[in-house]
Amino acid sequence: MPTLRFTKDHEWVRLDGDTAVIGITDYAQQQLGDIVYVELPEPGSRVEAGKEAAVVESAKAASEVYSPVSGEVVAVNEVIAGDPAKVNADPMGDGWFLSVKLDDPKAFDALMDEPEYQKFVAEQG
Amino acid sequence: MDSDKSVELRRTPLHALHVERGAKMVPFAGYEMPVQYPSGIIAEHLHTRAQAGLFDVSHMGQVALHGVAAAMFETLVPGDIAGLAEGQMRYTLLLNDEGGIIDDLMALRDAGGALRLVVNAATKEGDVAHLNERLGPKAQIRLCDELALLALQGPAAAAVLARIVGPRVATMPFLSGVRFRDLYVTRSGYTGEDGFEISVPADRAAELAGRLLAEPEVLPIGLGARDTLRLEAGLCLYGHDIDATTTPVAAGLAWTIAKRRRESISQRGGFPGARRILRELADGPPRRRVGIRPDGRAPAREGSAIVDPAGNLIGEVTSGGFGPSLSAPIAMGYVARRYSDPGTALAVVVRDVARPARVSPLPFVPTRYYRGP
Repeated sequence: MPTLRFTKDHEWVRLDGDTAVIGITDYAQQQLGDIVYVELPEPGSRVEAGKEAAVVESAKAASEVYSPVSGEVVAVNEVIAGDPAKVNADPMGDGWFLSVKLDDPKAFDALMDEPEYQKFVAEQG
Repeated sequence: MDSDKSVELRRTPLHALHVERGAKMVPFAGYEMPVQYPSGIIAEHLHTRAQAGLFDVSHMGQVALHGVAAAMFETLVPGDIAGLAEGQMRYTLLLNDEGGIIDDLMALRDAGGALRLVVNAATKEGDVAHLNERLGPKAQIRLCDELALLALQGPAAAAVLARIVGPRVATMPFLSGVRFRDLYVTRSGYTGEDGFEISVPADRAAELAGRLLAEPEVLPIGLGARDTLRLEAGLCLYGHDIDATTTPVAAGLAWTIAKRRRESISQRGGFPGARRILRELADGPPRRRVGIRPDGRAPAREGSAIVDPAGNLIGEVTSGGFGPSLSAPIAMGYVARRYSDPGTALAVVVRDVARPARVSPLPFVPTRYYRGP
């Protein structure tokens, strides 16, 4: 059964076996406002935990999306490259960014679970 | 968001209205201002182009000049101010002695020879100090803090304002002004659309804004959409596209230099920096402001390098982002003059990657000013 984890930079990661699907949270898309552009990594490239994996640009500014985990990019969501507003509309679903084959599935457990993340967001004010 | 928390932000008379409408408030030029409402920048932008948007621009400086100050003001700018008839307004530039732009502003001839200026928020105190210094200690110059300023912009603006203020506003030509009781209405704006700016006593501003927002065509619009609208209209943002180091010629604002005032460098009553500016008019400026359309979807923001197709640095983006009406990235910047013709291929460097782009004519979106019935 897939499990969901979160980062303090407002990314989510859903684990299914040794593959992690990564996106930004609803809180993140609300803070960003209208998303007009996303830049995704090349499939086959590597991402490192805590390092930039993608870029998201709103009408106002560009922001980095950090990878919550380390591994090899196995797929990216070309749909959001063509229609970035999908990230606003469905950040946890159709608005996913990339999927990664994990180096070490145990690294996943160090991330926040949903109640911890909701508490963290509430503290952001 | 950059802000110095030790500085108390000022509030406009519409602050409570913005908060009530769910605006996201941000620091801007020393004020707490709405950057967007819940509908978001793109919806606000498109609504303004389709119907009418109400903008709180009370942070901007409204400056009244009387007597000698009004008579002498022309000596500080390159525009024809002496020739302004009562109720006529003009875009002009406050210049330093090197021909650099201290501020861009609107100047309107009021009754009795007085002038009403609207200057940028971040520069208003500096402008008034400059005017006092140049026009002398007896000059009658006043920053009118008792006035708020609203802008109503968009194709439905005239019909809406006619209902509130009276039918006469509908036939006012672009860049004219009329007093209506305690309001001073000008047909002007910063969106490329038909529209008005309404100077209103601060204690009446919230009531007027409420009446305008009660009209079915009108939505409140934040600074975010104000920026995308003016960028599509090819209008300069002071401190970004123009500053004390840019001349009117480099900025593509040579049209603001009145014919009467460019005839001779040596003529009396020249303007500050005239020697350099007239030379640039004759010989061409070393660099020129241009519009830029990236080929791809990635926006090129302020500060992005502009390179030629071989990768040589030729300029820098001064404003850039996403144009909602074009659904594409757009930018403005300065390039070496030989790259300034529309259609010229160049590239903008975004996140260390040179991305192909072309010089575009300005405005990006045709302006729709009202020239008369």
